[in-house]
Amino acid sequence: MNTNTLLSVRKVSVQRNSRVILDDVDVDVLPGKITTIIGPNGAGKTTLMRIMLGLEKANSGVVHKRRGISIGYMPQKLQFPEHMPMSVKEFIRLGKRVKSSFMDAVCNETGITTILHQQMATLSGGEHQRVLLCRALIRNPDLLILDEPVQGVDVSGQSALYQLIADIRKRRGCAVVMVSHDLHLVMAATDEVLCLNRHVCCAGHPQSVTRSSAYLDLFGPEVERSMALYTHHHDHRHGIHGDVIDDGCNHG
Amino acid sequence: MMVAIMDDFLIRALIAGCMLALVAGVLGVFVVWRRMAYFGDAIAHSSLLGVALGFVAGVQPGVAVILVAVSIALLLQLMISRLSLSSDTLLGIFSHTGLAIGLVVLSQLNGVRIDLHGLLFGDILSVGIDDLYLIVITGIIVLIITAIFWNSLLSIVVHRDLAWIEGVPVFWIEVILMVNIALVISMAMKVVGVLLITALLIVPAAAARSLSSSPLQMTALSVVVGILSVLGGLAASWHWDTPTGPSIVVCAATVFVIFNLIALIRRQLNI
Repeated sequence: MNTNTLLSVRKVSVQRNSRVILDDVDVDVLPGKITTIIGPNGAGKTTLMRIMLGLEKANSGVVHKRRGISIGYMPQKLQFPEHMPMSVKEFIRLGKRVKSSFMDAVCNETGITTILHQQMATLSGGEHQRVLLCRALIRNPDLLILDEPVQGVDVSGQSALYQLIADIRKRRGCAVVMVSHDLHLVMAATDEVLCLNRHVCCAGHPQSVTRSSAYLDLFGPEVERSMALYTHHHDHRHGIHGDVIDDGCNHG
Repeated sequence: MMVAIMDDFLIRALIAGCMLALVAGVLGVFVVWRRMAYFGDAIAHSSLLGVALGFVAGVQPGVAVILVAVSIALLLQLMISRLSLSSDTLLGIFSHTGLAIGLVVLSQLNGVRIDLHGLLFGDILSVGIDDLYLIVITGIIVLIITAIFWNSLLSIVVHRDLAWIEGVPVFWIEVILMVNIALVISMAMKVVGVLLITALLIVPAAAARSLSSSPLQMTALSVVVGILSVLGGLAASWHWDTPTGPSIVVCAATVFVIFNLIALIRRQLNI
């Protein structure tokens, strides 16, 4: 493997209850790059991320992390325990105790300075995600792993949040891996796209991926829907989630 | 004047009750946060089996209860992570089977006179000097362990995966929490009895929730509610000859209602 690589996943396969979740997946995370994992529901995106983080074990294959790297993790929309009274500040400090000047700087960076004394239970979707991002950044990570960072955020907040992530990468030079299933916002702010449907369908720069036939097979319906909101017709069938029913994803 | 009429048994009851309220207040908040009320019930009910086994093996009942409660807590922890049965079903099975087996075994013990009523509903006024030592020592151990691991415990309550990634040894912290709760339950058995232990864990903590804004504040308030309930329960039992364990729980429930009313009024008035 490249000595530069922060984290590499090699030939990882996962089965759960005799169902294949991931099949022979390879990923390399390079310093300073934003890698976005896209794919339909049930494609194994979250599982792949949990394998990278070490939260789940693969049935075969290896995950190699560069020695001494620090990882910041932003989980999917947090189910905060409803009976826990806790301020935003205390929640962030729970992750790591740092100097208050550094803490102030990160809170400023993520735009949560004004809500530090609010209760966690009262936050809106967008505020919640920023607080989670702040807690991840407090660890000064070399690699940020974000699971569906804009879930539960209103539309105008979504692009602001993606912009914030792009800014953070630019300022800190950390690598970012994120899982997402919305296409357009992601494509603008990403260096590498990994198109996952249990196996890696295609990977590379956003432009090359969007032109590849595997991508069009996988996302055809969605791309079509977004381009023609009112009138669109199909020359193929797809399921209720927009996935293509015929296995159109052939690759060598 | 008061001291003159306070008998030894009453002093022992006060110390045991307050120590228990202190520890139950601290662990109770975790039971509420992690939704472990059924877990508490399962351990409490099956610790009746501990009493029975204690008699069979000739071990002091207090010690036998501790051993059985801790074993069951560890067993449950392992089973919940491995079995696909939903955990409330599993805990329901454990809880009532434990109670039933305990009752069957106790009924078959010949020549031992057992105060079943005391086991089920508690008998704080019969706390002996040995019981008192056991309660105080267990309580101090639980408090020290909880204080040492406070931050890690809070972390796993808030988000298990995040805690793991931030370097908290999640499995062991969960084991520590389970064992601590089992220890509190075995302490509480003599005071409020098998059927009311969970109430002592969750009612003061739930009462404290409505008026607190930080985990530490909720814990402190929960301890205060617990101690007030023990004092109130003992006083009621002294004056009106009501059963002590249930009186303690009634006091705690009263505080729960009052606190929630205060919180409601504060919200309405926006203060």
